[in-house]
Amino acid sequence: MTDTAATERHIPDRLSRPGVRLLRSWEALLLIVAVLIFTANSFASPYFLDAWNLSDATFNFTEKAMIGFAMALLIVSGEIDLSVAAIIALASTAMGAAVQAGAGTPELLAIGLGVGLLCGTFNAVFVTVLGLPSIVVTIGTMSLFRGLSSIVLGDQAYGGYPADFAWFGQGYVWWVFSVELVLFALLAVGFGALLHLTNFGRAVYAIGNNQTAALFSGIRVRRVKFLLFLMTGLMSGLAAICLTSRLGSTRPTIALGWELEVVTMVVLGGVNILGGSGTIPGVVIAAFVMGLVTFGLGLLNVPGIVMQVFIGLLLIGVIALPRLWSRIGARRR
Amino acid sequence: MLTRFLKSREAILTGVLLALLALIAIRAPEFVAPGNLANVLNDSAPLIILALGQMAVIVTRCIDLSVAANLALCGMVAAMLNAALPGVPIIAILLLVVVLGAALGSINGLLVWKLDIPPIVVTLGTMTIFRGVIFLISKGQWVNAHEMSAVFKAFPRAQILGLPVLTWCAILTAGAFLLLISRTPLGRAFFATGGNPRAAVYAGINTGRTQFAAFTLSGALAGLTGYLWVSRYAVAYVDIASGFELDVVAACVIGGVSIAGGIGSVGGAVLGALFLGTIKNALPVVNISPFWQMAISGSAILIAVAFNARANRRQGRVILKSAEHAA
Repeated sequence: MTDTAATERHIPDRLSRPGVRLLRSWEALLLIVAVLIFTANSFASPYFLDAWNLSDATFNFTEKAMIGFAMALLIVSGEIDLSVAAIIALASTAMGAAVQAGAGTPELLAIGLGVGLLCGTFNAVFVTVLGLPSIVVTIGTMSLFRGLSSIVLGDQAYGGYPADFAWFGQGYVWWVFSVELVLFALLAVGFGALLHLTNFGRAVYAIGNNQTAALFSGIRVRRVKFLLFLMTGLMSGLAAICLTSRLGSTRPTIALGWELEVVTMVVLGGVNILGGSGTIPGVVIAAFVMGLVTFGLGLLNVPGIVMQVFIGLLLIGVIALPRLWSRIGARRR
Repeated sequence: MLTRFLKSREAILTGVLLALLALIAIRAPEFVAPGNLANVLNDSAPLIILALGQMAVIVTRCIDLSVAANLALCGMVAAMLNAALPGVPIIAILLLVVVLGAALGSINGLLVWKLDIPPIVVTLGTMTIFRGVIFLISKGQWVNAHEMSAVFKAFPRAQILGLPVLTWCAILTAGAFLLLISRTPLGRAFFATGGNPRAAVYAGINTGRTQFAAFTLSGALAGLTGYLWVSRYAVAYVDIASGFELDVVAACVIGGVSIAGGIGSVGGAVLGALFLGTIKNALPVVNISPFWQMAISGSAILIAVAFNARANRRQGRVILKSAEHAA
């Protein structure tokens, strides 16, 4: 087994019927898992099936999923961004510093999104203009962005955000539907449309499958990748606004380790980590699965670090199982 | 021969390191006293050991982000064993942590070898799993200095020929790596696998098993460092060496190890580790807040990787392809 073998693709002579394909798809499998977890949770804890409790549970994943959508596109194109959590830290720190200087909510929004965009641009320049591998670049910027945040913040914390700023992370649009949940839904539709219905989306798939072929068929590979990094930065900025607003403070450990959870969510959603395939509906279902798992375990009083073990096992498991499965299948034939 | 050496990564890094020391000496002359430099070397020893293991992994086109968690887990096991049974001799503890570390590393290796899962995904996953396991076995409790036996704590500090055992561990590891890389089939297989996997297969090298060996080696060294770390700082808890995997990767990248695989040297990895270790030790001396350290190592990674790409420009295409792969 060489690792070059993994990049070879087998194209069947005839596609199976669309209905069968849908039933056998990763998304369908994931949906069944989600329903199973939901059922198990409602039996395990009497507090689970409550509209407000479920609404609270969505906060477990909405912010991560916002980044997850942009990350999905980025991973489909064959790149990765490990600096997203550090961007949240830096954007949140910038907003905290602005509050100390007397900034109001509109300024905070502009600063949050602006810092996200700036960090995204920084990554994009290193990867697309200088042609460096995104994994090392974003490991570097992860350290740099969080480092900048810790220079400003030290071991202190920023607080005192204006009252109307709290709306983004704590407000509700209607009944139990929080602002974040509505934002999540809108972004899911937006990114879904972008990836599945536009030329840009086709270009992302093309680049992920064969970058050279994409280049020769007239796709501006660098420009597409540049935009994808910008989007991921912007979404991290948005997530920083929501998270900061929800917590009401900026601490040095804000969003620590989130890059792992975001990547896990995307991979769990069926996006191939090597690029070339994956869907937004898959990421949406994966977001719910992860949210339900963490929330259910939380109701059972499982500490956060043990949940991380589940997330880690989930990440390796969802990639390992189909490979084991196909290997067993191949042997039988 | 001489000009080739002067153009090599090791020569440039040595120059940068000397310049850095000179710069620090302007503000704090006491920093470059031999005694203090030995301290810096001792302080960088864990980083040197781990960077060498990481180099083997990166050279085979993989990456091991679980080293720090592996270190912490082995350190915790050693500390708990010592707290429970103070009579167990150090040699047995050393053997235990190396075997345990190698076993944890081999989990990474098996997943990469047998299931073809991208290394970054595997090690991101095992990184959190290992940390979680530490919490489970320790129940979140610390093992403090007073619970450890005197022998357990004294081992890394014991002086041999004027240098502590911890430093000697780093020196011996570096020496062993020099032999491994240049004198053994496995060492050559590391480079062949990373340089051109297809060609390596045709040359009769089992690339998957080579990657497995690299992960196991990296794990064994992480296990050894785990004990040294815990006994040196005389404390073990869930979060020790948290984020240290980034320093380790940074040391390799600074040392000229190409993340695309196939390029790297023992001298480079050691100098990269020394560079970061010097900065870490110098910051408080020259009155810069330690909070700067993270941003500085981040910038160092970015500068080094940009520099690596320039130095290896002829292989630009190869780098892009494997970058896709690594992601």
